[in-house]
Formats: sequence, C-alpha cells, structure tokens
Amino acid sequence: MTAPAEDESSVTSARAAPENAPFAAQIGRTIRRNPSLFGMPALLAASLALTVAIHPEFSDFDLQSLAMGAMPLAFAAAAQTAVVISGGIDLSIGSAMAVANVLAASTMEGRSFGESLVLAVLVLIAGAAIGALNGLIVVLSRVPDVVATLTSGFIWGGVALLILEKPGGGAPPEFLDLGAGTFITTWLPNALILLVIAVAAIWIPLRRSKLGLQIYAIGSDRVAAFRSGVNVERTRFASYIFSGLFSAIGGLGLTMTTGIGAPLAGVYYTLSGLAAVVVGGVSLAGGRGGMAGPVIAAFVLTLIPTDLIFLNIDPNFGQVIQGTLIVVIVMIGGFVAMARARK
Amino acid sequence: MTESAKTSSSRVAPGMTAGGVASFLRSQTIFVLILLLVAFVLGIEIARPGTVNRTWLTNMVLFAAPLGIMAGGQTLVMLTGGIDLSVASVATAAAYLMATHSVLGGVTAVVWGMGVGLSVGLINGVGIALLRVQPLVMTLGTGLMTEGMLVVYSQKMMAEGPHVPPFIEALGSGKYLGVIPNDLVLWAPVTIAIIFVLRRTGYGRLLYAIGDNQEACHLSGIRVWRVLLVNYIVCGLLAAAAGLVIVGAVDAADLSLADVYLLPSVAAVIIGGTSIFGGRGGYSGTIVGALILTVLNSILTLLDAPEPIRQILYGAIILLLASAYTRLTD
Repeated sequence: MTAPAEDESSVTSARAAPENAPFAAQIGRTIRRNPSLFGMPALLAASLALTVAIHPEFSDFDLQSLAMGAMPLAFAAAAQTAVVISGGIDLSIGSAMAVANVLAASTMEGRSFGESLVLAVLVLIAGAAIGALNGLIVVLSRVPDVVATLTSGFIWGGVALLILEKPGGGAPPEFLDLGAGTFITTWLPNALILLVIAVAAIWIPLRRSKLGLQIYAIGSDRVAAFRSGVNVERTRFASYIFSGLFSAIGGLGLTMTTGIGAPLAGVYYTLSGLAAVVVGGVSLAGGRGGMAGPVIAAFVLTLIPTDLIFLNIDPNFGQVIQGTLIVVIVMIGGFVAMARARK
Repeated sequence: MTESAKTSSSRVAPGMTAGGVASFLRSQTIFVLILLLVAFVLGIEIARPGTVNRTWLTNMVLFAAPLGIMAGGQTLVMLTGGIDLSVASVATAAAYLMATHSVLGGVTAVVWGMGVGLSVGLINGVGIALLRVQPLVMTLGTGLMTEGMLVVYSQKMMAEGPHVPPFIEALGSGKYLGVIPNDLVLWAPVTIAIIFVLRRTGYGRLLYAIGDNQEACHLSGIRVWRVLLVNYIVCGLLAAAAGLVIVGAVDAADLSLADVYLLPSVAAVIIGGTSIFGGRGGYSGTIVGALILTVLNSILTLLDAPEPIRQILYGAIILLLASAYTRLTD
C-alpha cells in the first residue's frame, strides 16, 4: 500500500539530475535517494567496529569465519533479490541450496580437483534448472508466487533428502579451499573473493542488459511494463532462473565451508536470506534496490550471533534480533515513505 | 499483482464456457472440492480394499482438526489480503510453553499456551495494522523471533522438561465412544463461529471488504486498523489452539513440533478457494481443503514409499490442485 509514494520517488530519481547543479548538492541528493547504497557499508562498518570493541583480539581467523559464515547467506540474499526486484518472491531458495549442496558433496567425494570443477559447473546448471522449474510453476500454474514457491521448496527439500539421506559426502581439499582458504594474506578470505566475483560477474552484466531493465520494469509496475511491450511472463521466468543460479552457488559455498553435504542445511537460508534482502533496502513491492545492500546485510546479520557469543549471551538470541531487525527496518522504510508522501 | 490476475481472468473466461456443467462447477466450487475428496477416499478404497472403515474415517477427522483450526486463522487473514507465516512457530511455542507449565495445573498451562498466540498475534496486528508493515515481512519476522525465544527458553527449562497433561493428550488423540474424535470439541465450535462471523456479522463483511479494496474501506470511514488488529490476534489464538491439539496428538513437545503444518495451513486455504489477494473465499472450502490434504497424507503413507518420495509427491499434488483450482475459478 506504500507503493504509490515509492513509485513516485523512483520516477523522479530515474530522471537525471541537472548538469549544472552544485556537486555537493548532487552528492547529497544521491545519498538521499539511495539510502541503502551508503547506509549499508556504514552499517557494516559500524557493526564491525562494534565487534572489535567487544572483542579487541579480533583476528584474521575471526574475519575468515565471518566471511565463511556470511558467504552462503549472501548468495541466498542475492538469489532472493533477483526475484524480489521483479516483484515476486521465492520461498524455495533454502531447499534449492540444499539440493546443490548435497549434489556437490555426494558426487565430488574422492574426485580430483579438475573433476570437481566440472561437477561444480553441472551443479550450477542443475541450480538454474531448478530455478527455471520454479519460474515455470509460478508462471504456468497461476498459483500466487508465495504459495507456489513455498510448495516447490517442499518438493526440492524432498529431492535433497533423496540425493543424500543424512549429512555426509565430501569434496577434494583444493575445492573446499576455494571457499575456506585465504588469498595471499590471511586477512583476505577466499569466500569473500568468490562472493564478490560471482555476484559481480552475474549481476552487473544482467543489470546493464535489456533483460535486467525489464526485471526492474515488471517489478516497478507490471501493467505499465506490459503496455510498453515487456513480455512479463518471460521476464518473471528469467528472474527465477537467476534465483536458482545464485542458490546453486550458495549451495556450493555451503559445501566448501562445511566440507560435507547436509539435506536439511538449507532451511535456515530461505528466511534469513529474505531478512538480508529487507535489511539491505530492497523493497518487497519490487522494482527498487540493488545487489550490494542485501549482500552486505548478510555480513551484518552474520555478525549478530558472533557478537552475542563474544558478549557471553546465548547466540540463539541472534534469531530474535534478526526478526526484530527486519520488522523495525521495514517500519522505518514505511515511515520514510509516508513522510516523503506528505511533503 | 491483482491487476494482472484480473486481466488474465478476463482473457480466459470466454474460452472456458464449454457448457453449463463448467459454469455450474465454477459457481459452486465447494461441490468440486467435495467430489475431489470423495474421489480420493474411493481411490484409497479401490487401491487397498478394506482401508476405509469407521476407524479410518474417525482418524481422518482427528488428524484434520489441528490443520483445520490453524487454517481457519489463515483463512481470516488471507480474506483481508494478508498472510501469516508465523502460525507454525506460534503453534510450536504454545505447545511447548503449555507443556513446561503443566505442573502448575491444566488451566494455567493452557493459559500460558494461548498467551503465546495472543502476544504474537498482537505484535503481528500492531505491526501490520498500525505500522503498515507488509504481512509477509511482519509475520516472517515474528516467526523468527518466536522460534529464537523458544530455543533460548527451552535451554533454560532443560531441567524441568515438557510434560503433556492427560487432558490435552485426550483432546488431541482420544475418541468419544471410539467414533467421535475428541478434538471436534474444539474444531466444531471454531467452525461454527468462523462461518457465522463471516456470513452474518458486520465484522465478517468488513474482512471481505478490506480484502477487496482496503483504500475504499478507509475512505468510507471504516477503521481498518481495528479490524486487522483483531484479525491477527484471532489468527494467533487459533494457531496456539492448533498447537495444543497437535502436542496432544504427538504426546511430546519438541522445538519443531508444528513446522510441517506451515505449508498445509496455507495450501488448505488456497485449495479451499480463498484468494491470497483477499476478498474472495470462505471457511467451508478451507475445511474441505484440510480434509483433502489429510486424506492425501494418508494415501501417501499407505503407498509405503520412502519419506523423500512422499514429500515430493505431496508438494506436487498440492501444486496441481492449487493450479487446477486457480484456473477453474479465475
């Protein structure tokens, strides 16, 4: 219901700022219009600073475990973002990640590094296929996306159990090292590099392409997009393929960081990924937001239970804080939208 | 999204008028659902003769009751165009709190359980009705909060341990004279109350009106927030009540007790013909939906297939049913 106010501001921001505007005013305007772009790194810096304050002996090892913990969640958030921007939602991401996780762990055990890379590519293809099936189900069944993906997630959960009944499997150490190791210095975890490269390699070209523009268009106003000649159904379908692809990378990331496959490991990632999307400033109404916010938010959300452990508080409060955080952030967003509408 | 649903329905309508039967079925969808239910039951009887007897039928109603109660709250919420993803967490937490307070006496224990439903429902209502948070996000957040609190609480209560009092066990798994499931004591009044409220009271009309056009309701002077607030509290209470029945049936409170009920609670409503966009549907369809899902579960159990296969089939059949229904009514 807050959509009209947001749409209005997105239209004005799409119009380029006048060339002769003072530089400082331009920067101010950019910050006001993209709060998540500047707010998220600031929030991450603040929570990192807080962590170091609580736990002064914050070491390269702590940084590595943060990156390893946040990487699968960041991919889950990226997967959700691709669909949410198109105005949809995907509640099957955790299960899709689990399928990729167990597929990798059950086939890679005892293989060489080269073979495992080939298998990883096959897992990515399987992930894209899962996404494509989700998209087909949503578009063809006409069942609302919330229900359709909730149900398909249940199905993929069954598939994951079918592939690997209980936690097990493995992968060659060189492959695990892609997510668990470090690059040059111990302060640069491979998980971070993998995350940045994978998200950038997929998202930046997509966003600059016609398809990317169409994804934003159908999320912003489906009817307007349809009347401007966008094939709405095909674009929705495509957004789910990207969701499946990101989920599969997240599942591979889980294999790298945990070393095994676990059919139930994905459960946590559907909801927490959505939390990262919301915290990262992507509007669930669709059409607004980018990839940087949710990915950074994944790190912030991962830091919460870590900080609680350092503070000697039950880390399970982390989930409570996560739930509170998404609600409060959406509320603040609502108030900002209302305040803008009044002006 | 509502827009596109409307345009597609007008596109399809002329092609589907293939005679009076189709249009009759479209207007009386409850018959289709009951026919489907009967077909499922007949299917079982043909596949495994002798399965369908009095005990089996009683069991089906017994198992369907908690789902029906939970889906009742979900129906009320979906009629207003919302959704409640916290029902499963609420049911689990209610059952667990009831079980850990059972030493204080039955009434106190039940009050603790229902208190969970009341408080989470109240938080949901305040967030959605007053602070205008989207229902999906709000209930997702409160679901996470409830689960987290429950884990913390359960670790504190390790020494005590949950205990299901006998009357809850009787409610969830007993049968009166071996024929009438005890949980009908709860489900029947809930059914009558929901159907009465939806069909005969102003509150019920308002739920449909808000689901159809919230802005118009607001402009005609209806205090939408009050209706929504009450609605989410009722949904929370029904979820908590369902949790008590479930723990009575299972006879052991654990931290993932009602997790499996989230999907069916949404699916029963959708299969029952209530639109997730609001304004259309009712509880009678949901009841049949809950019965269909329960019978489906029984069929899959009889198939003797491994758990993953059952899970896949269950999801696939729900998708097929929901899709067929959406196409029939659109």
